[in-house]
Amino acid sequence: MRTKKITPWLYIGPATFFLFFFLVYPLINTIYISFFNYNSEIFIGIKNYVYCFTNEVMLNSFRNNALWVIVFVPLTVVLGLIIAVLVDRVKYESIVKSIIFMPMAISFVGAGVIWKFVYAYRPASAAQIGILNALRSFFNSEPIPWLIERPWLNNLCLIMVGVWISTGFCVVILSASYKGIPRELLEAARVDGATEFKIFWKIILPLMKPTIAVVTTAMIISILKVFDIVYVMTNGSFNTDVIANRMYKEMFVFGNYGRASSIAVILLVLVVPMIIINIQRFREQEAIR
Amino acid sequence: MIKKLVSMFSHGPLHLIIIVIALMWILPSVGLLITSFRSSADVAASGWWTVFEHPFNFTCYTLKNYQEVIFKIGIGRAFLNTLLITIPAIIIPILIASFAAYAFAWMEFPGRRFLFVILVGLLVVPLQMTLIPVLRIFNKLGIAGTFPGIWLAHTGYGLPLIIYLLYNFISGLPSELFDSSAIDGATPFQIFVKIVMPLSLTALASVTIFEFLWVWNDFLIALLYLGGTADVAPLTVRISALVGSYGQGWELLTAAAFVSMALPLVLFLGLQRYFVKGILAGSVKG
Repeated sequence: MRTKKITPWLYIGPATFFLFFFLVYPLINTIYISFFNYNSEIFIGIKNYVYCFTNEVMLNSFRNNALWVIVFVPLTVVLGLIIAVLVDRVKYESIVKSIIFMPMAISFVGAGVIWKFVYAYRPASAAQIGILNALRSFFNSEPIPWLIERPWLNNLCLIMVGVWISTGFCVVILSASYKGIPRELLEAARVDGATEFKIFWKIILPLMKPTIAVVTTAMIISILKVFDIVYVMTNGSFNTDVIANRMYKEMFVFGNYGRASSIAVILLVLVVPMIIINIQRFREQEAIR
Repeated sequence: MIKKLVSMFSHGPLHLIIIVIALMWILPSVGLLITSFRSSADVAASGWWTVFEHPFNFTCYTLKNYQEVIFKIGIGRAFLNTLLITIPAIIIPILIASFAAYAFAWMEFPGRRFLFVILVGLLVVPLQMTLIPVLRIFNKLGIAGTFPGIWLAHTGYGLPLIIYLLYNFISGLPSELFDSSAIDGATPFQIFVKIVMPLSLTALASVTIFEFLWVWNDFLIALLYLGGTADVAPLTVRISALVGSYGQGWELLTAAAFVSMALPLVLFLGLQRYFVKGILAGSVKG
């Protein structure tokens, strides 16, 4: 479309201003102040980063983040895939999907309350009001303090909350991709005597690979920054801290802006591969256009 | 014949698996809802599932928890705050993004591709990278802890995704539309208002529900830029504070949480179609 030279800039001007002011400038500034002391007055080189990679609490948070990625990402993607393929075969598909999408409408804080109640713990002598411990006492097992039991159980319990919230997102995308596979293809394979299992591995999975990659990167990006769930449910106690919560604490509780910035930069570096993948994918799409 | 037998055998477990998954997904929320209507004595004495032992005994339900959280514990005010934050924080970015997406899709200017690639990169930059500099600027300008501050912040943070989604849609409109309108002498602005916007209503609905859920459910940005004082704190910030102070008052916590969830749930279930469209447009190009 032909326009005067100035016109496009009027249209993208406000957006460019906001993007620069709230994203580009802060990004550069955060990298800069990560090399300074707590109030950004004295240059201290890489000291903040040395702290991040030597301090026991920080290292523990990195381990927890790694656990989040290792458990959360495959679980959401695989569950999403299984649910997408299974519900396609039943008539009440849309109801089941709505139920699984529903947590996406809820805040992480709300989800934190919901699940804290699921994990509620009381001593064995009292009536259990959390459904998980009630189930355990029904089977005559001791109640478990789910959110306190370290080092694995409490972290896994927090991760499950994330899975509960995010699986719906995976189902949305994977289900659309699955429905895009020509039915004749699957029918032809069935006629040729392929088992459902084989059809899944040899036809469905390869065809859905690009979409699975998209969903996987989206899950990795979202979970590296996990904050709300941990903040609300344990606030990092009992070895459940994660780097985003450490950053918040350095910034708001300890007022150490240098350290907080270096944690943010580390978070960014972890996400950079995903940014590159996204841009490459965008370029490919534009090339097709 | 064999096929039918096979499908009978294979479908029993299928239904079972699906129903178990659906139950796992919905039971936690059901527990929250039921608990929010029970008296504190009942909640402390027995699990929420025990109400199903007397399914027709409606006397065990009460609205007292809602009265208390809304009027005494400040959840009513927090609801209002969330609303006051959310509405402008939806309108401003979508307005700005519509103009930008239109220009990116249909106007030629130097640096267009470069700028858009940067925008795609910004889509996934962790917000943590921006918190300290923005907060410092806000403090200097005196807008930390105010609604205008958080409206601007949500605008900045929401723009990349909104522009991206609208761009995907608007750039897919047929080019004849623009050619013929231009021949008829319509200015770019007239084309934008009279043709592009009306045709983009579905896409606008998608981004509206997205931005609504994002802002309504936001916790981190509100916590940092607004803080916890009662006259500005939104539901999420208020509830997270309650979790600390009312740790065992489940009947109150659940009622407060449900107040925060009711509106997004209704909108989400009603507009699910647009939400799904938005997700698909943002990830796999449709």
